[in-house]
Amino acid sequence: MVEINNIDLNCPSGQSTAQDIARNEANHDHDETQFSPYVQTKANGDQVIDLMISGAHCSGCMAKIERELATLPDIRIARMNLSTMRLNVAWRGEQTNASSIVAKLDDIGFGAKPFDMQMEPLHGKNELKSLLRAMAVAGVAMANIMVISVCVWAGIDMGENTRQLMHILSGFIALPAVAYAGQPFFRSAWRALKNKQTNMDVPISLAVLLACALSIYETYHGNPDTYFDAATMLLFLLLIGRYLDQRLRLKTGESAQRLAAMQASNASLVTKDGALTTVPASMIKPDDILLIAAGERIPVDGEIIKGRSTIDTSIANGETLPAPFGVGDMIYSGMINLGNPLTIKATAVSSDSFLSEISKLVEAGEQTKSKFVRIADRAARAYVPIVHSLAVMTFIGWLAAGGSLRTATLNAIAVLIITCPCALGLAVPAVQIVASGRLFRKGVLIKSGDALERLAKIDTIIFDKTGTVTLGRLALINADILGKDILELAAKLARGSRHPIARAIADASGQGNVTDTLEDIMGEGLRAKIDGKIIKLGSADFVGAKASSEDTQVETWLRVGRAKPIRFVFKDVPRLDARETIEKLQGFGYQLELLSGDTENMTAQTADALGLKNWTGGVSPQDKLAHLESLKANGRFPLMVGDGINDAPALASATASASPASAADISRAAADIILQGDKLSGLVTALRTAKDAQKRVIENLSLAVLYNMIAVPLAIFGFVNPMIAALAMSGSSMLVTLNALRLARH
Amino acid sequence: MIALLWLVPIALCLGAVGLTLFFWTVKSGQYEDIKGDAARILHSEDHPIVHDDD
Repeated sequence: MVEINNIDLNCPSGQSTAQDIARNEANHDHDETQFSPYVQTKANGDQVIDLMISGAHCSGCMAKIERELATLPDIRIARMNLSTMRLNVAWRGEQTNASSIVAKLDDIGFGAKPFDMQMEPLHGKNELKSLLRAMAVAGVAMANIMVISVCVWAGIDMGENTRQLMHILSGFIALPAVAYAGQPFFRSAWRALKNKQTNMDVPISLAVLLACALSIYETYHGNPDTYFDAATMLLFLLLIGRYLDQRLRLKTGESAQRLAAMQASNASLVTKDGALTTVPASMIKPDDILLIAAGERIPVDGEIIKGRSTIDTSIANGETLPAPFGVGDMIYSGMINLGNPLTIKATAVSSDSFLSEISKLVEAGEQTKSKFVRIADRAARAYVPIVHSLAVMTFIGWLAAGGSLRTATLNAIAVLIITCPCALGLAVPAVQIVASGRLFRKGVLIKSGDALERLAKIDTIIFDKTGTVTLGRLALINADILGKDILELAAKLARGSRHPIARAIADASGQGNVTDTLEDIMGEGLRAKIDGKIIKLGSADFVGAKASSEDTQVETWLRVGRAKPIRFVFKDVPRLDARETIEKLQGFGYQLELLSGDTENMTAQTADALGLKNWTGGVSPQDKLAHLESLKANGRFPLMVGDGINDAPALASATASASPASAADISRAAADIILQGDKLSGLVTALRTAKDAQKRVIENLSLAVLYNMIAVPLAIFGFVNPMIAALAMSGSSMLVTLNALRLARH
Repeated sequence: MIALLWLVPIALCLGAVGLTLFFWTVKSGQYEDIKGDAARILHSEDHPIVHDDD
């Protein structure tokens, strides 16, 4: 079994990550009713809620959470699932007690978000369970039939009647087992045939069914050989692969959902009578009126109906600096309101031109992506006709050579059984399970097996800037020249504002107090009166300075009274490991480019800091898409790495795509891989693992072909008996699985 | 060979019992948190997980 459980072995027990804290900041003021929509009331009067826990890493955290919650009054069950990081709590009493549970978790250092139980991937879970049951049935049947088979092969002096009894017994075990455990394959094969296509499951089903039919015939006539053992063994081995594959897919899906749930926010809904209630953003309907407080993330797309404010729009267009918004403007979920409170009217996605345009482009991109044919399916398409014509030729050949009808049929069926793509069916999934499991442990979520195949072909990597290679946060760069006093004075004003420039000044000066005479003049700057002097912090025009012409960096000015204005210079800070990651990728020979919706200057600065030679600034979503299309038209295989709404079409259309976990919903949905944590280095791991995996897949397919080249001639000329079939098939399956497992050792 | 008449049914019954037990473990959700259950046994809890106070 492949171990894919441990996400993090070094447990920073109970410490929320910086990201979690930042995320919780916006909706920290717990409203008593905010969890009520997620609480379910059971028939026995228990209130139940499922919470997603962040910051828990090990069994110690699990025990701590369960122990601490048990100290709360009226708690009946507190049970954490360490595999899904979900905590199930049941208590007696009011629904609103949920908020005290979350507060308790907060106190002991864990973040908690309610989990919408309707989002549970029930279908996937049930399928996993039925695969597990099918696997058990096939396994038990296989083991029992093997015991009987050993008797038959070893019992040289066994009488014919006893042998026939053994075969009948095998049949009684095998037939119900095949009927039950073979269903996943039969169904999939039937679906493919109905659509006039073939897949791997067609030859698998055919081989299993023919092996059973032939064995029944042979048993009935009292002949010495049956294939019941081969049929059940085949199913057992393939079901192991299928089960692991499904389990990993479910796990990745759950993790992606977890990310989404962690980011889901609450909204302040203005009811008809003017009262405010807190509701989960997922329950907002079009035309609902919402109040967005200063500093809040916009929960849903909407139109401003009251108020003016500055808004951080980097998630939509990649611009680092916020822009002023007023009545009638559209704002999108994920943007951050930096200035004054706003009242917005929620809109449906389709009613808005920008988002619907983006969604249309994303859809088109995904369609071109779905044309990608998986390597296993390509193999199946070549394999099926060859094998089936070989079987037909064997039949005709034996008849032509004067064999009886029975011999010809037997040998033709033997060809179909021995060529059953057991090894081929395991060759690709085994590698993908191991590779995805390895990436999962390193915090890289890969959404599908074919993403891994596409990733292996990449030769060009396109980065978005804001939020991808940078954190979308400004940093003051001339603090040394300014001196401590000036900085502290500016910070006294800046600490009172959420504008990114003000935040950068506040960050540079550290902790301190805010002046109480602060005035925020929207779109211009901050003004305060300290020690009788008017102090202004803001744009060049606002303080009365002449904008610097020597360079085009992001700047702000401080003026104390009538003294000479002082210039503060900022830059967009790259992620900590961005430079290292980019150097590594360049070392591997990938072509790198920076493509940003931000201004030329900001883009140039970042490109320079990261050592990227190719960059373009001021690019619209359509331009990004066009750039990728032209790369693809020139025979290149681009990987798009981006996080914003404006990157989504490019993400969907690129050969492969990646998003950081903090990306906009639409981008995360469009991306093939999600990089967890504030790190880019997962990209290097993902690309290398994909390359390794591709190598193993090709090796495995070659092994499968080699096996067939030896086994098929034996079958054609009638040398195959059930023992050879069983040995050859299990041997080749083991071989490809072991080869796949080599990947896990890196 | 008479032994087969009772040995074989016994063997098959044992298999069936094992399979039934396995089905039961799947149904009762014992494979849903393998990691947590493995760890849980190591923590000695001095209180019951479910409070049966009624």
